[in-house]
Amino acid sequence: MNKKIVTIALGAALSLSASAAMADTLEDVQAKGYLQCGVAPSTPGFASPDENNNWSGIDVDYCRAMAAAIFDDPEAVRFTPLTSKERFTALSSGEIDVLSRTTTWTMSRDTNLGISFTGVMFYDGQGFMVPKDLGVNSALELSDAAVCIEAGTTTELNAADYFATNGMNYNPVVFEDQDEVVKAYDDGRCDVFTTDSSALAAERLSLADPDSHKILPEIISKEPLGPSVRQGDDLWFNISRWVYFALLEAEEYGVTQANVDEMLGSENPSVRRLLGVEGEFGKAIGLSDDWAYRIIKHTGNYGEIYERNVTPIGIDRAGSLNDLWTRGGLQYSPPIR
Amino acid sequence: MSNKFAYVRTEMAQAMPPPVTQTGVVGWMRKNLFSDIPNTIMTLLAFAFLVWTVPTLYNFLIGNAIFVAEDGTPCRAPEAGACWAYVIDRFDFYIYGFYPESEYWRPNLVFVVAAALITHLLWPELPFKGISAIAFFVGLPIFAVILLNGGSFGLPQVTTEKWGGLMLTLIIASVGIVVSLPLGVVLALGRRSHMPFVKYVSIAFIELWRAVPLITVLFMASVMLPLFLPEGTTIDKILRALVGVALFQTAYMAEVVRGGLQALPKGQYEAAHALGLNYFKSMYFIILPQALKHVIPGIVNSFISLFKDTSLVSIVGLFDLLGTVQATSALVEWKAPHQATTGYLFAAAVFWIFCFGMSRYSIYMERRLDTGHKE
Repeated sequence: MNKKIVTIALGAALSLSASAAMADTLEDVQAKGYLQCGVAPSTPGFASPDENNNWSGIDVDYCRAMAAAIFDDPEAVRFTPLTSKERFTALSSGEIDVLSRTTTWTMSRDTNLGISFTGVMFYDGQGFMVPKDLGVNSALELSDAAVCIEAGTTTELNAADYFATNGMNYNPVVFEDQDEVVKAYDDGRCDVFTTDSSALAAERLSLADPDSHKILPEIISKEPLGPSVRQGDDLWFNISRWVYFALLEAEEYGVTQANVDEMLGSENPSVRRLLGVEGEFGKAIGLSDDWAYRIIKHTGNYGEIYERNVTPIGIDRAGSLNDLWTRGGLQYSPPIR
Repeated sequence: MSNKFAYVRTEMAQAMPPPVTQTGVVGWMRKNLFSDIPNTIMTLLAFAFLVWTVPTLYNFLIGNAIFVAEDGTPCRAPEAGACWAYVIDRFDFYIYGFYPESEYWRPNLVFVVAAALITHLLWPELPFKGISAIAFFVGLPIFAVILLNGGSFGLPQVTTEKWGGLMLTLIIASVGIVVSLPLGVVLALGRRSHMPFVKYVSIAFIELWRAVPLITVLFMASVMLPLFLPEGTTIDKILRALVGVALFQTAYMAEVVRGGLQALPKGQYEAAHALGLNYFKSMYFIILPQALKHVIPGIVNSFISLFKDTSLVSIVGLFDLLGTVQATSALVEWKAPHQATTGYLFAAAVFWIFCFGMSRYSIYMERRLDTGHKE
């Protein structure tokens, strides 16, 4: 009986917040005068304090792009650092307006949590790092290797699956903490270190001799990381999604932070529609027609954001999944028309 | 008769110095380090341990440490020790978090005022305690909020999500300390009260808060609470953590104070009654001064554990001192094998300084207030 009451109370509380979430997020944000954005507390390349004690990273720049589209001011955003446990509650309770925190887009999250993913800012996946003098060029040559893994993560399960499906044996060397894993690998207690490739690149730099290690080309899991918003506010969903698309569209047509002003005079109809010279596409998402111009002017296009944040941590873009579709990657935007 | 004995010497022989094996360094060592076989073995083992660790430690902390560097490159050298240059470079962030650099004077001013008031309050010889107590417990919080948060008197607003570092640690710790002591005293008195309502409310409060871990309290405050609040009413994240920490600490403080109250002989209470003092006067003049004196070590113990517990707020995404150290341990330009270790060493040193300071002050206070009840 008691349980029932608690369930009802919880349900009532959740439905209250769900119905309240139907409210017009754009209107609320405009009334507040700033965007509240949930980010990771410290993930280099994605969201971390930089040398001037400002937030920087690809997830951070996405929020700045949204703020630029809404307010024409990339600084009209407040960042809430969230742990992985807090992030979904913070979004569904309205504490933040958009969650841009290295969150893997999965079906269960998209359907069960009352949130909607709006795009993929970064295609991540699990990879392997080995010392160069091991002479290994492919993960398929790793039979009987000792593999350093962090305990209790999907990383551990993915590795088990990968070695099983390829009929290889391996000796897992398991640690509780990422730092311990790196230390053990650096001390030569195992042949291979495996984790998400974005973290792999960053951790390589903390090894005693980064140049004597390399990351193997195989990616063995799908970890699409992207921003998400509350379900039930279609206008806000569209804004979040099209800010992401505008970043890609701008890169595809060569519109950069530097040349965006001269691009206003471009003859290319796609560019003219993107920058709001032609058509009224901004109105459809409740913004002004130069919404995309503002984004590019303040934050640059996707490629520039990537160069600024992710390239320094050592993840090359060329030929990766994060390259534009025109260069063989997966980053693709539907046309603006 | 008196000349029955003839003395050759007219004065006393000068005492010989004690044998060299009993005095000086050698004597001290024989007495304290090599007095018997087990003692000698322990001494040799301890000495071997020092020989084994101290040079390595010295090399890591000072000898091979990097003090000046533009970025992490020198720290990445295989023989490099602690990367102090990284701590020096990130020092501002460890102290102020995201607080804008042009506004650093505001936390600095609050800190100076608070330090002056605390010094005045803690220095027993100085007069006008009442004024500085009011200034510290009423004036300072208002002053600190106005100055740190800004938004009035022409100060630009610095919202709380920009607060961080040691500044946030000190804010949480001092709010916890300042709130928990008086509330704890009230609850302790309440728990010993003869009025059933007051008594059971106090017991319920204390037992509820003592029975949950602080991490749970912080998680409830940061994850569950927003779900129950109506949409649009978000309570500031730092405020939530402050309230959680303060209430949690109050429950512990109440039990420490109750220990002191129970240690007093019944005669003290009866004597207070016999003097015709009412409840509040007898508590204020007779009971509490004695009870609190008995539990100074316990109170300071709670303060110290509170000060260290503040680092738990980093698990709800607040950047306290430890949180800022952790956040920058991922900074790419300073990536080095000992980057994280150096950061943690720095955090440990800062925590140690504050906790050791509190501990020394409590010993000083105990000695000063010692009125000879102990033999």
